[in-house]
Amino acid sequence: MRSRFVRVLTVLLTLTIALSGCAGRKAGDSSKIVVGIPQDLEDSLDPHKAVAAGTREVLFNVFEGLLKPDENGELIPAVAESYTVSDDGLTYTFTIRNGIKFHNGNRVTAEDVKYSIEKSAGMTGEESLIAAFSNIKEVSIVDKSTVAIILKERDVDFPAYLSAVSASIIPADNAMPDTTAIGTGPYKYVSRSPQENIVMTRFDSYWGEPAHIRDVEFKVEANSDAMLLALKGGTIDMCARLTTTQASQLTSNFVIHEGSMNLVQALYLNHASKPFDDIRVRQALCYAADKQEIIDIAFEGKGSPLGSSMFPAFGKYYIPELTDYYTPDISRARELLAEAGYPDGFDMTITVPSNYQPHVDTAQVLVEEFKKIGINASIQQVEWNTWLSDVYTNRKYEATVIGVDATQMTANAMLSRFYSKAEDNFTNYSNEEYDRLFEEAQATTDDEKRTELFKKMETLLAEDAANVYIQDMAEMVPISKNIEGYVFYPLYVQDIAKLYYTEDK
Amino acid sequence: MNNKFRNNRKLYIGALITGMMLFLSVIGLLFTPYDPNEMDSSAKLAGISLSHIMGCDNFGRDVFSRILAGLGTTMTVAVGTVFIGIVLGTVVGAYTGYYGGRLDEILMRFNDAVLAFPALLLALVLISVMGPGKYNIMVALGILFAPGYARIIRGEFLRCKNLDYVQSARLMGASDMRIMFVHILPNTFNVMLSTIAIGFNNAVLAEAGMSFLGIGVQPPDSSLGRMLAEAQSYLFLRPGYAVCTGITIVLLIIGFSMLSEGLENNA
Repeated sequence: MRSRFVRVLTVLLTLTIALSGCAGRKAGDSSKIVVGIPQDLEDSLDPHKAVAAGTREVLFNVFEGLLKPDENGELIPAVAESYTVSDDGLTYTFTIRNGIKFHNGNRVTAEDVKYSIEKSAGMTGEESLIAAFSNIKEVSIVDKSTVAIILKERDVDFPAYLSAVSASIIPADNAMPDTTAIGTGPYKYVSRSPQENIVMTRFDSYWGEPAHIRDVEFKVEANSDAMLLALKGGTIDMCARLTTTQASQLTSNFVIHEGSMNLVQALYLNHASKPFDDIRVRQALCYAADKQEIIDIAFEGKGSPLGSSMFPAFGKYYIPELTDYYTPDISRARELLAEAGYPDGFDMTITVPSNYQPHVDTAQVLVEEFKKIGINASIQQVEWNTWLSDVYTNRKYEATVIGVDATQMTANAMLSRFYSKAEDNFTNYSNEEYDRLFEEAQATTDDEKRTELFKKMETLLAEDAANVYIQDMAEMVPISKNIEGYVFYPLYVQDIAKLYYTEDK
Repeated sequence: MNNKFRNNRKLYIGALITGMMLFLSVIGLLFTPYDPNEMDSSAKLAGISLSHIMGCDNFGRDVFSRILAGLGTTMTVAVGTVFIGIVLGTVVGAYTGYYGGRLDEILMRFNDAVLAFPALLLALVLISVMGPGKYNIMVALGILFAPGYARIIRGEFLRCKNLDYVQSARLMGASDMRIMFVHILPNTFNVMLSTIAIGFNNAVLAEAGMSFLGIGVQPPDSSLGRMLAEAQSYLFLRPGYAVCTGITIVLLIIGFSMLSEGLENNA
């Protein structure tokens, strides 16, 4: 009797769990799109506190800076209609777009802009996410619709920093920016359930071309496998960054858009840890690592091999020739190791964040490749937060596989971290020549000369075998086949406003 | 009569399956058809064929070789865990059961506190302190299994310590140590045997679970749990990968379960 009761209860429970997954979704509801995201947003919805790229890519739809990036990485005016730079390059004067409104219906005023820039620059006591903003001397209101930003030193890249999500314009009278997200973007924030979703709806008084789809729900999925099941089950319409193998498991109901992730995936080496302070050891690793083999084995052959800390989307800064600076050469690698005093190889640990399967997979292939030159590498998987604190912040590691992306489209975003005094120099890279070039580039305003300097820095990183550069990973974006208009950005954003449903369904 | 037969059958089948698994894992230590970690880009996710009888994984590694090697890893962890658990549990259980008193109270309340937490959660805490890895999970799981064993051993000691043979040994002047480990301990053997078998089971599952979560055995080394975790990404593409690994775990568990049930009923 009792066992039957238990059995019935089990069946009922299972059904409830199974069925609840299908609830709340009307078939063919063309005014709504559900986007799967692989992690929840950070606790705060304040764009000035958005550390994680995963948070920024969602908030991109709600917030805008004075300027914003377009799909080519060029800066386009957003909250500001136009701006002028003084001759000495220190004063930037912005004219606020005529009639632009916040999601709460209020006009964007010069006070709001002053408040937002000062807040995001850390001038109001909060921590700033944009290091370059420490260069701001003063934000002054010229008149009702004009704001001037005065810098301490000249910085050619300054407008690019203003386009970051972390430099968004928010209303000055919003007492709780952490929970009430009010911006000027094409979508306005509706509600949020932690670990579940964040809901947005179209902002009808948007200054630019309004969004096509009315409602957007960003749904949090536990991991990419859950994402795949949700796509197959039809509970989400699209998601970004599936792996190639996962994408190949989707049926014809989806169109798979193929782009690149715009990051530099590499085996980053801690130069403060022996034996990676020896250039011969680093070069041996570079000769032993076969980029194409990694891409073939772990990424279905999709991905662009890289040779330095710069990816193709950067256009004029990117040097394609560096990719082949080190071609796989086992005997050369062995020679170099012997010269460095390690004829029998050595033991090393590769620390990888366990939530990024592609990096774990890459590490596994690397372990096999290093075995060929006698290096006994072992993998240590750590949680993402542990990775951030141990590897990125405290720099207690030997080597790690990770992808480094750019927060703005400036060459500095990819190259400044190798400056020996940079706070985010997590590889402890230190090279006098590099520092000299970097300082010179910061002081140069002539674009051509600057580009030349940045290219020299890239080449130096390759020659010095700073890290084992691997690839710019391919990005697979599956979208329901009746939705079109997806655009890839060279930055880490998902622009939902450009998506639309096609007529025939 | 009928009942007895059923019990025996469980014991035989359990012993057969377990024996087979043990045999395979020993073979895996000595010989595998392919190097379990060798990658081959041309054989990625290859199906079942004569050269790869269980197919290949996403790196083109032979699944059968990896299962053989993984079985060894999983078994090693299970044996290590149970060994550490039993040794710790026996020492604590024997002492508290035999002497009783205040220390018994303190140790047993501490025991209760440890038992109050789900074992896997506590193991996660220990691992986050000690760092992941094969030997660390052995130690973590061993420590967590100990309180359960301590209780059982303590109960047995409590039951035995006033029995006639113990009393007579005491009258003959045997030391406490001798009574505890030479006279009483062998008499707890029956209970211990089935406890060990169940513990073995739990250890296999715990190792598989922890490796599945990525904190157990580290890649590229194989363990059954790790393989299952890796296989789940390719569930639709190559169901055989997950199924072969899953069935191995199921067989291992069923074998031990039947063995322990059979032992229990035979005792």
